[in-house]
Amino acid sequence: MTGPRVAGVGVTEFGRAPERTGRDLFGEAAATAISDAGVDHSDVEAVYYGNFMGELAEHQGHQGPMMAEAAGVQAPATRYESACASSGAAVRQAVHDVRNGEADVLLIGGAERMTNLGTAGATDALAIAADDLWEVGHGMTFPGAYALMARAYFEEFGGSREDLAYIAVKNHANAVENEKAQYQQAISVEDVLDAPMVSAPLGLYDSCPISDGASAAVIVSESYAAEHDLDAEVAITGTGQGGDRLALHDREHLATSAAADDAAAEAYADAGIDVERIDVAEVHDCFTIAEVLAIESLGLYEPGEGIGAARRGETTTDGSVPINLSGGLKAKGHPVGATGVAQIVEVVHLLRGDHINSDAVPDATTGVTHNAGGTVASALVHVLEVQQ
Amino acid sequence: MSDSEETVRDRGYDDALDAIESGDGYYLECSAGHGSLPPRRLCPECGDDQLREEPLPETGRIDTYNITEVPAPAFADDAPYVLAIADFGPVRLTGQVQGVDPEDVSVGMTVEVEIARSETNGERLLAFRER
Repeated sequence: MTGPRVAGVGVTEFGRAPERTGRDLFGEAAATAISDAGVDHSDVEAVYYGNFMGELAEHQGHQGPMMAEAAGVQAPATRYESACASSGAAVRQAVHDVRNGEADVLLIGGAERMTNLGTAGATDALAIAADDLWEVGHGMTFPGAYALMARAYFEEFGGSREDLAYIAVKNHANAVENEKAQYQQAISVEDVLDAPMVSAPLGLYDSCPISDGASAAVIVSESYAAEHDLDAEVAITGTGQGGDRLALHDREHLATSAAADDAAAEAYADAGIDVERIDVAEVHDCFTIAEVLAIESLGLYEPGEGIGAARRGETTTDGSVPINLSGGLKAKGHPVGATGVAQIVEVVHLLRGDHINSDAVPDATTGVTHNAGGTVASALVHVLEVQQ
Repeated sequence: MSDSEETVRDRGYDDALDAIESGDGYYLECSAGHGSLPPRRLCPECGDDQLREEPLPETGRIDTYNITEVPAPAFADDAPYVLAIADFGPVRLTGQVQGVDPEDVSVGMTVEVEIARSETNGERLLAFRER
């Protein structure tokens, strides 16, 4: 047994579509994933759906059944909420269910409608992932939280805004050909450094955009894939989840992400791999500094070493382990509830060889996803491998 | 914020702000010595249920800070402001650094905590002042 297979994947365009409802977005992603998988709708046994701010954006709770309906699936459905790691949590549930033999076909995914709230409204909604009493009530925003982490990182390890700018430049370059991406234009280091500040030391181009969008994937058991002769060569071979104190000020270290350290260690052990096996990764770069914390937590870099990786060309398309070939959250966009499964979608395309940037990793057999919630009080890491 | 939310107190939390406002700030300490912020029944580090109020140290040290230009709507009239995490020993606090130019704030700065009001909605917030 090699574990759950990803039989089909789908994403909507990410970007500004304020008039599109969450159910419309998820319906599109689900239809694409189910069609890509070549499974019957009636075979889907459950829907695990990630969403963060549906109550605020659409005045809609109880979204699980609504999204099963949108996907044309008559099956029980549950919504997962772990801030920006919501659909990463849905992936983990699906992996466990298929491994335990409790399900053979699951539809997972996520969606978020955000731009209808406007910038101020979305900023307000995103902030609820932080501690309302002891953080948000005193002026914490999400860019603000990552700005606190960025300065703490500079203080502890060194590095500069210019180092971070190379991450934004890299991720924008990766998205130029990605038709699903919110921003398909290249930017320069100067563009990043000259952009208005959002929360110093982070500026507008250090920050991912506010996005509408959805993602979906069909997860099947190995036996179902064999019986139905599905083309499902990519398996999810490792899952890990880490947790930490909700408020940033309650963490032992402000310049590292311990929850993601734990998630990565668990996922690698689960898959039976070590970090040298990783060919490619999609990580949670909601802000440029977040990509630094991510690649350090994944063990690709020692703490303090990750900040120069993009600048040194090690995480670019021609680097040793390209990071965020999709464009990442920074350029592809970040409809928060959709992001965890969207990362799975990108890695599946990279491992299947049908990604716009597949040429960067032609022989890739192992990829990882890193999905973080809040200021990384929640973290999900998954390992995906090509199985022959 | 609706009127009802403004009038209903958050027990534990608002009591702690009252105490800071009157100069008697406190934190919670468990029998193993872990510090935390109220309201709590159990120590978040070890689960101990013997939590008692201990005086908050008079000064803290700024560990990190930002200059927030784009605030949430509740702070629309307050921005730009400096938001910092200050280490008071057993606990850290998040608050706004006031009474000093943003350019003059630095990591390592010694501060004390007091209660200020949001210029936008009059809500209480933690303010740090250089000591």
